[in-house]
Amino acid sequence: MRKLFLPLLILAALMFAYAPVAIQNAPYESTMGLVQKIFYFHVPSWFVMFSAAGVCGMGGAIYLFAGRKEADRFALAAAELAVLFGLMGLLTGPLWGRKAWGVWWQWDARLTSALVMWLVFVAYLLLRKYGGVGSEKLSAVLALFGMANVPFVYLSVNLWRTVHPKTSVVMTLEKDMGRPFLLSTLAFMALFVLLLAARVRLENTRAALDELYLSLED
Amino acid sequence: MRNAAILLLLVVALGVSVLAQQPPPQPPEGFVPAASVQGQEQLPAAPLVITAYSVVWLLVFGYLWSIWRRIARAERDLAEVSRRIAGAQRR
Repeated sequence: MRKLFLPLLILAALMFAYAPVAIQNAPYESTMGLVQKIFYFHVPSWFVMFSAAGVCGMGGAIYLFAGRKEADRFALAAAELAVLFGLMGLLTGPLWGRKAWGVWWQWDARLTSALVMWLVFVAYLLLRKYGGVGSEKLSAVLALFGMANVPFVYLSVNLWRTVHPKTSVVMTLEKDMGRPFLLSTLAFMALFVLLLAARVRLENTRAALDELYLSLED
Repeated sequence: MRNAAILLLLVVALGVSVLAQQPPPQPPEGFVPAASVQGQEQLPAAPLVITAYSVVWLLVFGYLWSIWRRIARAERDLAEVSRRIAGAQRR
């Protein structure tokens, strides 16, 4: 990963630098106009949030059933990123909704389930910080529940009546809108991988420090 | 004659009360020109897009700064403890 870190960092920086130009050049949506351009970073932030939830849940499962501590470190790092990117989605969505729907927030299936999923990962972090001894296993179970929420949140717009656009919007994008969206999504994914690597490094350093402290006590 | 006068009076009184009731205001038919729309409903999109973009950048840079600080502190502590252990072993 260390060899890949620098090239990926340069690639992500280039994509993030070009993304505003690509988004600026993308055509306006016919009914929403300029405000629809929030889509180009609102949706990728949720894609990253779902990926982080998946990594956190998988890490939690591996730690829970195989007892591998590295998996727990990945889960903790991913949970923090799930909260970060979920917050991006939760803040940019209402800014779009205020113009498109006339309200900041609607307690409909998509928005409510997304908020609940985000709160699960906030609870995970709080449990890790204040849960004391044994909180790793409890939080691993919580991570599994958080991961299980992802398909419900994603499909909620198709299953229930909601004001939010359906999932088919992404698949049916015109080329001029699809290309900047793809670029933005790839940039967000690269950023996620980089931040995850950095966060895991922090956890590895802390684990090494804990081992040294234990050896000092012995 | 007297009855007819009372009847006439009643009809006139009824007519006055009917005329006194105002018809409810009718909603305008057709499209309303934009000039008459209330100011609070005119919401420009640009500040919302700029705010959303700024939120994303602020969160990314804020998190990068936080993680950089935490890694630096953890590595400093690790180096310090390693140095102490090495010193204790030499003695």
